[in-house]
Amino acid sequence: MLLNQFLLLAALLFCIGVYGVLVRRNGMLVLMSVELILNSVNINLVAFGALTDDVGGEVFALFTIAVAAAEVGVGLAIVLLMYRNRRSIDLSQADLLKG
Amino acid sequence: MFAVFAMAGEHFSRPPIDWHAASPELILLGVGVLLTVIDIVWKERARALVAGLASVGLLAAMIPVITLAVDGEPRSMFGGAFVVDDYALIMKAIFLLSTYVVVLMSTNYISEGDYWENEYYGLLLTSVLGMLLMTSARDLISIFVALELLSIPAYMLSTWRKRDLKSNEAGMKYYLMGVFASAVMLYGMSLLYGSSGTTLLSGINEAVSGSGGPSAVVTLGIVFVVVGFAFKVSAVPFHTWAPDTYEGAPTPVTAFLSVASKAGGFVGLMNILFVGLIGRDDVYQPLIWILAAASMTVGNTVALRQTNIVRMLAYSGVAQAGYMLAPLAVLSTDVVTTGGATTIVADQALAATVTYLAIYAAMNLGAFAVVMAVARKTRSAEIDDYRGLFRYAPGLTVLMTVFLFSLAGIPPLGGWFGKFRVLEALISPGTAWGSALAVVVAVNSVVAFYYYGRVAVKMWVEEVPDGNMDRVSVPASLAAALAITSVVTLAFGVGPGLIGHFTQVSLLVGVGG
Repeated sequence: MLLNQFLLLAALLFCIGVYGVLVRRNGMLVLMSVELILNSVNINLVAFGALTDDVGGEVFALFTIAVAAAEVGVGLAIVLLMYRNRRSIDLSQADLLKG
Repeated sequence: MFAVFAMAGEHFSRPPIDWHAASPELILLGVGVLLTVIDIVWKERARALVAGLASVGLLAAMIPVITLAVDGEPRSMFGGAFVVDDYALIMKAIFLLSTYVVVLMSTNYISEGDYWENEYYGLLLTSVLGMLLMTSARDLISIFVALELLSIPAYMLSTWRKRDLKSNEAGMKYYLMGVFASAVMLYGMSLLYGSSGTTLLSGINEAVSGSGGPSAVVTLGIVFVVVGFAFKVSAVPFHTWAPDTYEGAPTPVTAFLSVASKAGGFVGLMNILFVGLIGRDDVYQPLIWILAAASMTVGNTVALRQTNIVRMLAYSGVAQAGYMLAPLAVLSTDVVTTGGATTIVADQALAATVTYLAIYAAMNLGAFAVVMAVARKTRSAEIDDYRGLFRYAPGLTVLMTVFLFSLAGIPPLGGWFGKFRVLEALISPGTAWGSALAVVVAVNSVVAFYYYGRVAVKMWVEEVPDGNMDRVSVPASLAAALAITSVVTLAFGVGPGLIGHFTQVSLLVGVGG
């Protein structure tokens, strides 16, 4: 089976996602980068599940999708709240708390 | 189409459910749903009820925990994915009681601040539900779902003051760090699943133990999973969110995050390490060693120069996470003999961490309760505003001193016994690395005494800055929280056997495979 290709794709997505989280300063783009990581996880899980012929991988992927949706719902609410209060979602401006 | 379902239905049989074992979770779920329904139906009229109902729910969930403990038989469901044993029960009791104290602390704060009371308690109970599930989770999927169930409400709780920019920022930082960490952890879990072909922790243990299997993938998986949990327990270098979130979030939420949420992360980490990865101590031991040593050292040194007491407690919490991680760095299946009694190193480490978690919950919640009481008068969390506290609030000063000295680890208070157990677990395996970490713990305890002691000196010796000698009004529920936490802190110190008896738990037996 073409397992390696799937794993390489997932690893690539994972790296792009981590890069995005660490470098991007826009709240929305950071959220989307996290989504990239979660999708790389799904690719991994489904690929491994198909390899071992175990349904557990697909079930895990479904759980990941459902929970990620809930997570993003809360995340969008927080980003929206920030936009309402300061008219910007630039994370580098959020620097009231430090020390 | 219905025929397909009907046919599937004939072949599908529900896995047996042990209702007694699941009843703490079910009670919490029921009360949480009830709170939401009451909120929708009665709206503002429900405000008087919710706090009481939430505390009743938390205490009601304690009843099956006690009956299960009396029964004593380890129970396992869903093919070993949900296990109720002594360890799960003691952690459930810690979560329920510490959240009860948080509810006591919240009652006046939330109602006087005109926050959304009904939703607040609903979310708090949801988060605790996630923690209870985590104690019993022995499967990657259930660990992941439990972790998200305890985290997502916590993100909302720390953003609770919607109009306050600081609270927004606190929630934003916590959320982004939290999701990033769980995404990284999930990637690690997918690698562990791939190298073992099962999501059950006991199955993973069989597949990855020893040198068999794809080693690089397993190593990468373990590293990512441990890093993900390191965020949750705020271990250095993944602690940066903690001080900011603690300062910006409402104080009762901060207390909840610093105790219950951190303990939730520890429980998940312990489940995975003890049940799933115990055979790969060559990979996780150095990793945990570095995390523990860095957390203690960085946490304590940065705490030295804090001027805000909440931030100081946040960095002290980072250091305390280091003490609790330390026993996990010597984790292995080796057997040690001390004084004729043989124990497995892993059991000893587990007992040390669980003991410390229980004591830490009491003393840290107590310290936050005092911070809240003092802030009712001074409206400030600056350490300088604690000057001369003894002159106008002697009772609070004595309590704060007890909690701070307990955090510092001075006998005969609870924290001292916790540190003693940690050092014992580190030294008794007789490894060089364990002893080296014990030295790090000892040196850090001395450093920590400086900043805890500094607050004590300000309270006892210095003069009141503005000469305002008004008494601090402590509402009844906050006083009850203070009473519970101080009694527990003192009792664990004076009679270490009390907690030592309950925390002699093991994860290596009765895990259902």
